[in-house]
Amino acid sequence: MGDQPLVRWDWIASHLVDPIGTRLLEHLQLSITPILLGLLLALPLGVACVRWRALYPPVFTTVNILYAIPSIALFFLLLPYTSFSAWTAIIPLTVYTLAVLVPNVVDGLNQVPDHVRQAAEAMGFGPLRRLVQVELPVALPVVIAGLRVAAVATISMVSVASLVGLGGLGQLILTEGFRRQFPTPIVVGIVLSVALAFLVDGLLVLLQRWWTPWTPRPARAGGRNRRSAAASTAAASSAADRPAAPEGRRRRA
Amino acid sequence: MITFDGVTKRYPDGNVAVDHLDLEIPAGQTTVLVGPSGCGKTTSLRMINRMVEPSTGRIRVDGRDVRDQDPAELRRSIGYVIQQAGLFPHRTVADNIATVPYLLGWDRRRARTRAHELMELVGLDADLARRYPHQLSGGQQQRVGVARALAADPPVLLMDEPFSAVDPVVRTSLQDELLRLQQELHKTIVFVTHDIDEAVRLGDTIAVFRPGGRLAQAAAPERLLAEPADDFVEGFIGYDRGVRRLSFFPARELRLRGDAVLAADTPVATARAVAAGGGEPWLLVVDDARRPRGWVSADLLTTADAQTPLGDLPLVGFGHVFTVEDDSLRAALDAAVLSPAGRAVGVTQDGTVVGVVAQSELGEAIWSVGNDDARDAEPVGQDG
Ligand SMILES: Nc1ncnc2c1ncn2[C@@H]1O[C@H](COP(=O)(O)OP(=O)(O)O)[C@@H](O)[C@H]1O
Ligand SMILES: [Mg+2]
Repeated sequence: MGDQPLVRWDWIASHLVDPIGTRLLEHLQLSITPILLGLLLALPLGVACVRWRALYPPVFTTVNILYAIPSIALFFLLLPYTSFSAWTAIIPLTVYTLAVLVPNVVDGLNQVPDHVRQAAEAMGFGPLRRLVQVELPVALPVVIAGLRVAAVATISMVSVASLVGLGGLGQLILTEGFRRQFPTPIVVGIVLSVALAFLVDGLLVLLQRWWTPWTPRPARAGGRNRRSAAASTAAASSAADRPAAPEGRRRRA
Repeated sequence: MITFDGVTKRYPDGNVAVDHLDLEIPAGQTTVLVGPSGCGKTTSLRMINRMVEPSTGRIRVDGRDVRDQDPAELRRSIGYVIQQAGLFPHRTVADNIATVPYLLGWDRRRARTRAHELMELVGLDADLARRYPHQLSGGQQQRVGVARALAADPPVLLMDEPFSAVDPVVRTSLQDELLRLQQELHKTIVFVTHDIDEAVRLGDTIAVFRPGGRLAQAAAPERLLAEPADDFVEGFIGYDRGVRRLSFFPARELRLRGDAVLAADTPVATARAVAAGGGEPWLLVVDDARRPRGWVSADLLTTADAQTPLGDLPLVGFGHVFTVEDDSLRAALDAAVLSPAGRAVGVTQDGTVVGVVAQSELGEAIWSVGNDDARDAEPVGQDG
């Protein structure tokens, strides 16, 4: 890449809408769809796995095996069927989201204290009402913790989808930057995809605060200096916010 | 009334949790199921609201077989309180309490109003309404649990060791609260505990279970203490059942001695005459308001200066007193045993002295009730 400057601001200014903006929107669309689809599928699947215990081991093994297949391989595998439509990216990424979320839904439901479940039964909740009004709401923090992991992983995996020409910020990095030995689009692509991951994660944290105002909060660190207060809040909230995020599922490419 | 007719519960693993239970639980009273752990109390309780189905036999609530009713509907008409309160962590205190009203389709306003009424009834501060359960103490959580169970005003209340997980001081105050509530509400309460003292304190009837899920004895607490049916019941009640039974006899029937009580400004000479006249080894000195100040011994009076007022002498502490109107013989005996003078001080509700009673006089009163029936099945005072 020779002696070009790392970032050429004039290029950024002239390419802000196209390709930068276009690729960003593509990226967003390619990641949000599988996250939402995954959530939509993981809830009933997780509920079923808790209701019929025997279902869980095979489901868990299946999603884990699918999770173990490199995304690039899945993209290529799907190409003959879905060609260059968004589905080629959406289907594998939905499967990955499922793989992260199903164990979290199951753990979340299993963590509902027995006395809470029994109290609900004794108050006269039928099984469906108990699930919707008590068990799922109580499981929600664990589900959202899984959703955060899945969202960040998905956003970073969408970049890989560009290798098979599916668009997104990866496309910016690959075609505008790498192939033309031009560093600016590479930097822009990386920065934007990281920023997007942070943004979505932050939104999910806010969503959690709003949806589950009842979860114990770490005590406010008043009086201490700002840095250590922020550090302790971050430590406490990451402990509280991700009680059951499965190990080793943070990132993949 | 709740009736168990030959009820047996055999769990699928072959475990017989309840074995041929016949029991009548009278309406409007508190019946306590008590016994060691694993003897089928919880199982019996849960068969009433169909959380457990009996293997054989029949359970009726007010004459209706529980099996003829839809389980969810049946449960909405039966309050249920459990040990860890079982509050819904994602709902505020008010919404927890309004659970059954919501299930019954009450509108939000009415359910909320009802929740606030109940908070007041069980002694919860109105400020707590918007809190979440994790922001409450154990005792407060149990109060919310009781309020939630009462929300739709069910005639029957099932309570499974509701106060076992809180510390003794809070437990006593929750028990007091339940006694007070029951005087007001007259629910049919079935209360499970493994603590015989709690059972004696709260129960109008006590059903003692033995291991293997068999009923050993069902009786009023005073009868149970007087006549345990067998060695198991006697052993379960504990060695001091004789003393505990005194809880059921009111202290107001004791003959208290008012003549051994003297004002603090009485001169020693007068006191000497009183002591000699009554053969009293101890006199109680009281202040202007007739509150106890302490004991003076006849020995000290013989050596003290004749003109000194009693209040200026070194007095012996009077220990704790009993309230004549409310307390039981047990409280009076306890006060006498702990008193350095061997005498108990009886006071009115506002603390003025009625008179004193010596251990020997108490002994006579105790002897006279020893073989007698209790006149009053209600425990007396705070020491049941
Ligand atoms: N769901 C169950 N399956 C099998 N056995 C049970 C079940 N629930 C309770 N038991 C057994 O039944 C017996 C009575 O239990 P329980 O009614 O809970 O007793 P308690 O409340 O008096 O401690 C115990 O031996 C217990 O292990
Ligand atoms: Mg039990």
